[in-house]
Amino acid sequence: MTFKYANDSDLHAKLITDVLSQYPDKAAKRRSKHLSLATSEKDANAISECEVKSNIKSVPGVMTIRGCAYAGSKGVVWGPIKDMVHISHGPVGCGQYSWSQRRNYYVGLTGIDTFVTMQFTSDFQEKDIVFGGDKKLEKVIDEIAELFPLSNGVTLQSECPIGLIGDDIEAVARKKAKEHATTVVPVRCEGFRGVSQSLGHHIANDAIRDWVFDKKDIKFESGPYDVNVIGDYNIGGDAWASRILLEEIGLRVVGNWSGDATLAEVERAPRAALNLIHCYRSMNYISRHMEEKYGIPWMEYNFFGAYQINASLRNIAKHFGPEIQEKAEKVIVKYQPLVWAVIDKYWPRLSGKQVMLYVGGLRPRHVVTAYEDLGMEIVGTGYEFGHGDDYQRTGHYVKEGTLIYDDVNSYELEKFIEGIRPDLVGSGIKEKYPVQKMGIPFRQMHSWDYSGPYHGYDGFAIFARDMDMAINNPVWGLYDAPWNKDRALAAVAG
Amino acid sequence: MPQSAKKTLDHAPLFCEPEYRKMLAKKKLKFECPHPDQVVSDQREFTKTWEYREKNLARQALVVNPAKACQPLGAVFAAAGFERTMSFVHGSQGCVAYYRSHLSRHFKEPSSVVSSSMTEDAAVFGGLKNMVDGLANTYKLYNPKMIAVSTTCMAEVIGDDLHGFIENAKSEGSVPRDFDVPFAHTPAFVGSHVDGYDSMVKGVLENFWKGAARSEATASINIIPGFDGFCVGNNRELKRLLDLMQVTYMFIQDASDQFDTPSDGEFRMYDGGTKINDVKAALNAEWTLSLQHYNTRKTLDYCRDVGQVATSFHYPLGVQATDELLMVISEISRREIPEAIRLERGRLIDAMADSQAWLYGKKYAIYGDPDFVYAMARFIMETGGEPTHCLATNGTSAWEAEMKELLASSPFGKNAQVWPGKDLWAMRSLLFTEPVDLLIGNSYGKYLERDTGTPLVRLTFPIFDRHHHHRFPLMGYQGGLRLLTAILDKIFDNLDRETMHAGVTDYSYDLTR
Repeated sequence: MTFKYANDSDLHAKLITDVLSQYPDKAAKRRSKHLSLATSEKDANAISECEVKSNIKSVPGVMTIRGCAYAGSKGVVWGPIKDMVHISHGPVGCGQYSWSQRRNYYVGLTGIDTFVTMQFTSDFQEKDIVFGGDKKLEKVIDEIAELFPLSNGVTLQSECPIGLIGDDIEAVARKKAKEHATTVVPVRCEGFRGVSQSLGHHIANDAIRDWVFDKKDIKFESGPYDVNVIGDYNIGGDAWASRILLEEIGLRVVGNWSGDATLAEVERAPRAALNLIHCYRSMNYISRHMEEKYGIPWMEYNFFGAYQINASLRNIAKHFGPEIQEKAEKVIVKYQPLVWAVIDKYWPRLSGKQVMLYVGGLRPRHVVTAYEDLGMEIVGTGYEFGHGDDYQRTGHYVKEGTLIYDDVNSYELEKFIEGIRPDLVGSGIKEKYPVQKMGIPFRQMHSWDYSGPYHGYDGFAIFARDMDMAINNPVWGLYDAPWNKDRALAAVAG
Repeated sequence: MPQSAKKTLDHAPLFCEPEYRKMLAKKKLKFECPHPDQVVSDQREFTKTWEYREKNLARQALVVNPAKACQPLGAVFAAAGFERTMSFVHGSQGCVAYYRSHLSRHFKEPSSVVSSSMTEDAAVFGGLKNMVDGLANTYKLYNPKMIAVSTTCMAEVIGDDLHGFIENAKSEGSVPRDFDVPFAHTPAFVGSHVDGYDSMVKGVLENFWKGAARSEATASINIIPGFDGFCVGNNRELKRLLDLMQVTYMFIQDASDQFDTPSDGEFRMYDGGTKINDVKAALNAEWTLSLQHYNTRKTLDYCRDVGQVATSFHYPLGVQATDELLMVISEISRREIPEAIRLERGRLIDAMADSQAWLYGKKYAIYGDPDFVYAMARFIMETGGEPTHCLATNGTSAWEAEMKELLASSPFGKNAQVWPGKDLWAMRSLLFTEPVDLLIGNSYGKYLERDTGTPLVRLTFPIFDRHHHHRFPLMGYQGGLRLLTAILDKIFDNLDRETMHAGVTDYSYDLTR
């Protein structure tokens, strides 16, 4: 279903030269390593030549779009686990700004047996900085036990000061876990660690390994078709739109990670037959660990857009043999009328439209083919916090001449958008409004702009509708006041 | 298969479809290891009791759903109110992503802030290098007229010296020597966003006023609005009133244009804001008025130090507070309050009289920043309502005393309770045990609305889940009309919802009210 097109390499190369010329020399030299073009389309096994330097420090004094390790751990990996209380340990701000902002959908009674859309903090004051916060943290855990007795454990999400003042949260965790006979997980995700949210994902994965796995006597009967869905945060219900397909092809989803997850689902994960990983960046660490320690294979999949959903279902089914393969084919056939109805409806309205992406996790590559399913072309893409292996994987998706930008800052992104003037930009809340001011359609591709789900066939229909409503919205034609246009007079006269 | 291209179902209806309900029920039963339904339901009921309330209010260490943010957010907001000013937050970068998102989600506008992106090595060696390189990059790329530096808790814990660092950066040529780089230390573990606002505004004033000689006092009045999520509507409304009065005034810190730029094809990184020359000239004003006392305590002290007469209001809303504001301005500017404003006032009174029966005796819970809670309580009492719970997570004992004085001044405040330092989980217990008719606050209150059934009126920052409220003023008599209408709409919508069950309660589903 994917189709051929090439991007304007000359224009893109010139845009890179232009933005670099605006920096002081030192910064220009650093940034030049992060900007590149995809040089050729490679076959599926090739390593891309669009590699850029990644996962290194942002240039100070520019508007980087990146977050921090705390955001990676609390905001992404741990925060969505619904039956635990995640304490933002430190000053009030980090917890406040991340409160309910990632749309990790779940079912449960908030404040009673589920806690995702709440903000729990130790609210550090100056005296806690001076005298240390361990005592306070102990008390926080005691008070949670009393007021939220149905919580199945707590995690301690360290904010910047914790590491700087040398608090021993591990000791607190061990002590309180014993006292309350519950799970207490210390996570050293202070915001200054690493260069972006990415290290926070890694640290959070390690905390699952060290503080959750093999800590309890698990009573659970495994089955041959047991899979974990790893790295789906259930934004707008993505994990549910995925789960329904996996169950339809005959698999048993024993754990959803971490959107709509309970601690039990995480604890039992090592009993599954296969780990299916969607967001490779945030959860590959724990998948590799489960492979090494428990011998559970893992497999990446992509549930954005019909072409990739079909391919992924077939790939997953292949792992389980003919019985599941047969079911998968049936499921694919069942959904094809929906897929064709979506494509027939939107292709005429969207084909040939150019898209620029700038997001995190898996999306800078995974959504590329979903756009192409609708006839749209990707002219630029990049990662907020990708690593080399993400860029290698990107090579399988992008076409020649695609502008590739790593840790692109607001200045560069704005200049690239001005130079290319794509028909659509997909990025985050911080980028949304500047782009829309320029008169360019925009969709938030972190939160699905409060729509979604976008995963699975059900999500693909919503995705297509949303891109259409953004691009073909009448508002873009109203930006110029008619009295500023020569053609307004001509129209009246004509 | 519920989904179709013809009628595409969003998440809300999609997951109500039987396929999904069945799937989710199975997930819960087989894999989630939930607590038994009875246990969950018992705990839910327990949280509604006085017993739970007592435990909840006795908390000493744990904070749950606080109604406050940290200092640098206030500093970033403050910096956005000055001409072509780039906010530069010295410390780790994730914080800046959060401030920008937070402001963008409320205003639905761009929020431009840079970070010095400090990481582990800066934690060990200090962030001087980040400051030197960072200021150079900011200056070159974003072409600001001023760079306003504040700090995150990281920079504060390691003790970075902003003044020294900025001097160093200037010496190394990051920015020209005479380029303005005001700064404020804004540790997140002290106070809240209102203090950060105070520190940054004071930092800007000091940058321009320190060492400058004050000439003969001018008749212009300085006005400092304070941290205000409704600045777009409020500042413009106040300017309209002051223009009607023909007063000479200067807003010090005015983010109304920065957070309300037009869509016409151009992205304006900077728009509006107090001009730097005006900040300089503002030193000579005889008077500085702050519209929010708790946002400007240090700043006003500084204004007094330089010889100005400084006074503050508590976010003037409603009739009497607007009266007072205008009368103070009239007195110090020696300008009459024109007839047109008196007529506006009369129209607000007219509206309040028309609707009084729907408001009299209604009980309210109000939460937010200290000045906002004070102002709303006062307005509610003007409508014959009773502010039953007044809660400010960042409220101090001084605020508590002021609130009690205000409440004692009216029979409608007789049964009111003031809750300094408490959070919204405490509010939940208060609402269950001593219920009210309406809750006034921000978007976070929607969880309280869901849990306790108390209708929520969103009237303060942040408002994430409704659009454009901040574009309309709450201040002045026009703002009073908006407040009144917002509260009445909620009452009527709620009444309709309760009475619309056909053949059961719809005898009260009245057309005319």
